[in-house]
Amino acid sequence: MFVIEIENLTKDFQAGFWRKRPVRAVDNLSLTVGRGEVFGFLGPNGAGKTTTLKILMNLIRRTSGSARILGEPVDSVAMRRRIGFLPENPYFYDYLTPREILTYMGRLFGIPGAELRGKVESLLERVGLAHAANVQLRKFSKGMVQRIGIAQALINDPEVVFLDEPMSGLDPLGRREVRQVIESLRSRDVTVFFSSHILPDVEALCDRVAILNKGRLQESGPLHEILKVRIEGHEVILGRVEPGLRAELEALCGEIRPLGDRVQLRVRTQDQVGALLAAVSRGGGELISVNPIRHSLEDYFFREVSGQPSPDGPVREPGKGAPGARV
Amino acid sequence: MFRVLAIAGNTFRESIRDRILYNLILFALVMILSSIALGQLTLGYEIKVIVDLGLSAISIFGTLIAIFIGIGLVYKELERRTVYALLAKPISRGQFILGKYVGLLLTLLVNVAIMTAGLALTMLYQGGAEPRSYLNLLPAVYLIFWSLALTTAMALVFSTFSSPALSALFTFFLWVSGHFNYDLLEFSRTAQSAAAGGLFKVLYYILPNLSNFKILDSRNIIQSAAYADPIDAAAIGWAGLYGLVCCTALVALAVAIFSRRDFK
Repeated sequence: MFVIEIENLTKDFQAGFWRKRPVRAVDNLSLTVGRGEVFGFLGPNGAGKTTTLKILMNLIRRTSGSARILGEPVDSVAMRRRIGFLPENPYFYDYLTPREILTYMGRLFGIPGAELRGKVESLLERVGLAHAANVQLRKFSKGMVQRIGIAQALINDPEVVFLDEPMSGLDPLGRREVRQVIESLRSRDVTVFFSSHILPDVEALCDRVAILNKGRLQESGPLHEILKVRIEGHEVILGRVEPGLRAELEALCGEIRPLGDRVQLRVRTQDQVGALLAAVSRGGGELISVNPIRHSLEDYFFREVSGQPSPDGPVREPGKGAPGARV
Repeated sequence: MFRVLAIAGNTFRESIRDRILYNLILFALVMILSSIALGQLTLGYEIKVIVDLGLSAISIFGTLIAIFIGIGLVYKELERRTVYALLAKPISRGQFILGKYVGLLLTLLVNVAIMTAGLALTMLYQGGAEPRSYLNLLPAVYLIFWSLALTTAMALVFSTFSSPALSALFTFFLWVSGHFNYDLLEFSRTAQSAAAGGLFKVLYYILPNLSNFKILDSRNIIQSAAYADPIDAAAIGWAGLYGLVCCTALVALAVAIFSRRDFK
């Protein structure tokens, strides 16, 4: 059974003051998400991501089509006991403290007092807000509000979590913490459906993605299939390159780019990598790094969505354990 | 029910952290206290002046609280987008609206209680009030509370679809027309054309009648309290029932409007 089922979903808004005309925000969208999946919902601004999420949360009524979560229609109040939602650029009552907000949200689920107190404390700890538990939200930075937004989405131990731009407004440290939260949800078999503009995070986290453009589903599936990942070569960074070694490397690889006291070069084949490493070893050079070069989601985005090539071209894959290494 | 109470509790907390509320209560208490000075100008009628002014202050400032907090009740939730996270929880839109309304009624109840206590203490300070004068405060305040509940319900309806400025304007218009509702009935009788007469009659029945909470027989409730007249319990009962029906209808209307809204 799919946890999220969207079928031929369409939403038209009425635009114009005097002469109303329909503007299609979501156009015949169909997709499914399975249990325990981390699903990335991507698209440029105005693609219809937030509208789709709002339809799923029953904040906006669909024009046609259907959407079901956990087998129930999106207007089911009972179903909402089992889901969590973080809106885009969330805003909460600024006269409340994080502890008060989480307690309030918990009460809406009917969580009994002692259990709720425990949940609130553990969530505050989990999102790194335990130190500010009694500070009114009006004194919070955007990143801190985002964290309380994530905490309130998890107060009911949901089976499915919808996150609209969860990394928005966060510094690198905050982004890493959100990534850890999403990874911990995955390990608990919680389904995560999130929209994001921060493509490396999507690449690092998602099992499958859907790419939306102008309200239409452009592509959907496992990331490696969408990207059609192939290694385009390797990027090598070397240190201590003496003139003799430099000449040998130039003969082997062509152009060498200086990077301070180091050099960067690109090789196309595995054989070239072997030959290069042997030359470095012979010439007394220092091997700093070897990284595969592949197309990133960003490249795909530029190519397929905006119709332009990525300004940076294919990117090198970061080192071990870094985003993208799974792909 | 616990969800409605949770929302009501938060609305109450929001209201009591609003500075407007304290300013209005302060003004009301100052006005009640100043009635001591005015009472000195009317030999033998000090208590009447204090009760008259005090109950009027409770009614006026209560109405200002009902309008100024009521108009922002739902609008603020939409403007600040707090409603997005809230409506994704297992609550219906009806429960949300009812919770907001009950929360503001709770705020009004506490405020009216504080102002009434202020008035009773002022009477006690002045001295010479009959026990009936103190007792008569209760039905008077009860009816004032119903008129505030009805004003809040009107503000709530407008708050579900218009800006605070327009909501305040519409609510004020209804509040004024509500106090002159019997004149509409009079107009319907004296109108030259049948169409105009019919229109006035329809308006008389459609628009909430706030006079019901004011007039008991020949005197209004504030005057009755001030003169320590016997209070007609049946009239108070009917006025309360009328308030309940009107408030229920208006809250149902607010729910119907809010339930059809898209939150873009």
